[in-house]
Amino acid sequence: MEQTMNQATTPNQLGASWKGIAFRWETFLLAVFAFVFVMFAMASPYFLSVWNLSDATFNFTERALIALPMAMLIICREIDLSVASTMALASVAMGMIAELGAGVPAVVVIGLFVGLLCGLFNGFIVTTFGIPSIVVTIGTMSLFRGITNGLMGNEVLNSYPAGFSYFGQGYVHWVFSFQFVLFLGAALLFYVLLHHTNFGRRTYAIGANPVAAEYSGIRVNRHKMILFAAVGLMAGLASVLLTSRLGSTRPAIAFGWELSIVTMVVLGGVNILGGSGSIIGVVIAAFLMGIVTFGLGLLNVPGVVMTIIIGAMLITVISLPIIAQRLKAMRSKRL
Amino acid sequence: MTTDTPLFALRNVSKVFPGVKALDDVQLELYSGQVTALVGENGAGKSTLVKTMTGIYQPEAGDIWFNGEVVSFPNPEAARQMGITAIHQETVLFDELSVAENIFVGSYPTKGWLKSIDWSTMNERARAILAEIEAPLSPTAPLKGLSIGQKHMVAIARALSVKARVVILDEPTAALSHHEIQELYEIIERLKANGTAILFITHKFDEIFAVADRYTVFRDGRYIGAGSIKEVTEPELVEMMVARSVKDTYPKVEAELGDTVFSVKSLSHPTEFDDISFDVRRGEILGLYGLVGAGRTEIMKAIIGLSPKASGQVFLDGQPIDIRSPAEAIHHGIVYVPEERQQQGVMLDLPIYQNISLPQLHRTSKAGFLRPSREYELTQDYAKRLNVKTSNWSEVVNNLSGGNQQKVVIAKWLATDPKVIILDEPTKGIDIGSKAAVHQFMSELVQQGLAVIMVSSELPEVMGMADRIIVMHEGLITQTLLRSEASAEGIVSAATGGQS
Repeated sequence: MEQTMNQATTPNQLGASWKGIAFRWETFLLAVFAFVFVMFAMASPYFLSVWNLSDATFNFTERALIALPMAMLIICREIDLSVASTMALASVAMGMIAELGAGVPAVVVIGLFVGLLCGLFNGFIVTTFGIPSIVVTIGTMSLFRGITNGLMGNEVLNSYPAGFSYFGQGYVHWVFSFQFVLFLGAALLFYVLLHHTNFGRRTYAIGANPVAAEYSGIRVNRHKMILFAAVGLMAGLASVLLTSRLGSTRPAIAFGWELSIVTMVVLGGVNILGGSGSIIGVVIAAFLMGIVTFGLGLLNVPGVVMTIIIGAMLITVISLPIIAQRLKAMRSKRL
Repeated sequence: MTTDTPLFALRNVSKVFPGVKALDDVQLELYSGQVTALVGENGAGKSTLVKTMTGIYQPEAGDIWFNGEVVSFPNPEAARQMGITAIHQETVLFDELSVAENIFVGSYPTKGWLKSIDWSTMNERARAILAEIEAPLSPTAPLKGLSIGQKHMVAIARALSVKARVVILDEPTAALSHHEIQELYEIIERLKANGTAILFITHKFDEIFAVADRYTVFRDGRYIGAGSIKEVTEPELVEMMVARSVKDTYPKVEAELGDTVFSVKSLSHPTEFDDISFDVRRGEILGLYGLVGAGRTEIMKAIIGLSPKASGQVFLDGQPIDIRSPAEAIHHGIVYVPEERQQQGVMLDLPIYQNISLPQLHRTSKAGFLRPSREYELTQDYAKRLNVKTSNWSEVVNNLSGGNQQKVVIAKWLATDPKVIILDEPTKGIDIGSKAAVHQFMSELVQQGLAVIMVSSELPEVMGMADRIIVMHEGLITQTLLRSEASAEGIVSAATGGQS
């Protein structure tokens, strides 16, 4: 009885013991982050400037904003590969309404709205027809990008209203950009949502066993619909930030971002097959990827090499714990 | 007792998993040319034992003896090298390959410096092995055309291809016809004649007494006893297995019957069932018996809103209700414990307490925020009542035995405080002890005034537990009987479409 009372005070796996925390993926990622950080600080004298570090956050906050709901979607055994195209479509919509003379609020709202609409469309197709989301969203990835190209041709839309630039370029206080603060807020929100609410628990339950979840009274399709909508909405938000930061819309805006977003999620420890993962992991992974691209940029590493280094890093970081585990298993067998 | 030294032995072997000691200081001796039957309930540690013997698991303590020496199996290959082979129900065979390829998979005979497969040698050797076990199979026949029994022979031939010294047969007869079982017995005799030591794992006592020379009993991961099969009787074995004498009676309690709480009127489905009407009263267990494919599960799915094509009416406390999803069914107090425990019932990777609180997070949470302490309380209340065996409610369900998993599923549904509970094959694939616990619990439920609908294809269970029995055949109700009127012959006849 006493033992069970003790259990009641350690409510779930997330609040595990020190030993449990020490062996978690998030701890490992944090260590890698610290290591990379120190290496860059030694390699470049410019790295440790607060303004430079603040600039570094622009490398990842827009992607990371989408990675947050994407993590939940992947935990739920679905995925959305159309997010970059969604951003492009939202950006075009904003550019066009801005050309008609719309003010800042209208531009932002239309960006968010188009993103939401794209997400709802994906969710509708997936849940209504039961087609795997990887197929549906590869389709809509082309579809949304195609519509973007059709609407724009070779134009550049850049007549955004004054004040719109704040979202992508403004600072809330000192070195803290609007983007960065927004990302921290969103990360906190999604952390609470995934780890401390019924909605989050249901997300894990669906990821663990969608059939049993349905039998347990979870409205699985509705749940997935909400997550697709959330991903779309955040893609719309990211589009607002990116468009504002660039000050213009081109057809190739955010091209290829869906892969770096999914990379962030996977690097953050979310199982690509669904069922497990955490927001903290995704947030650390976002910081890690951001700091690496920024640091390599400071060291004047060319873009091509940077891509190679990031790819190698992803493989190394993900395989290291597995190799360590194998070594440990081999050693224990020998004893 | 044999005076020889055993060919293979486990001495004081332990294997620990988080929260469970799967093997606790167990002993096992296998003798050359003899069949040893391993007897135990589900969860006794039999599958862990097999995995330890074949190098899939490494024991934390104890020694493995082979041919008078201590050996260790760091991996499955090491056990295979020593000639230890297991034939499971799910032995991995490859449908797209030929019989001979399946027999030699992983160690194809080769020729030349290119190491290309030597087809003629392989087929020749396969033919020899097949002849040895008198299996009428062509080495070049594709596996996918074979029956389950024939595939079994291929699995056995594979075991023999590596000069097996110890053969583990893990419930080999589960999917075999009577004739195929006889053939298996003959193969076992030939293996014995070759001096192979055989471990025979089964639930069927007639098989134990038909083929085994010796027995070993495990219970709850512990070694209980062993000896010659000639010196033991079936009741003695059962008693060793379950630590109490099991009389084949059901803990049926005649609860006081109350008002009709739930009824179904002319429920129909375009293809699965037609014109189904029944009602169930408080304190009543309604048994729904029928063969597989009679439409029982489909009716239950229609009731809880998982079958949009169905039509008909459902009443709760005399009021018509409309259920379009399991969520609405739960809201009305009608819960369904599904047949396929692992696919439909539990989240194997989630902790016990999260499984149990899942259908009613709205009750354990506050304004949408989780309150794990409340979930723990709920789990403690219900999982304890059902006597779920675990050290920790945070243990993932996957680490529990089948019977305990089923208890978690039932606890999950009871915790929703239902009016009507539908149990679909509640004791399918669980051990005797858990079965009794589930039956006992059903009696407690009706005494508390619940209405229970029990779908089952186990005749003794239906006759032992139900107050009223509905018999179905091909989507139609063919008979409704009171407990007192029921006879096994009558029920089977109605279920197979005989008289009505």
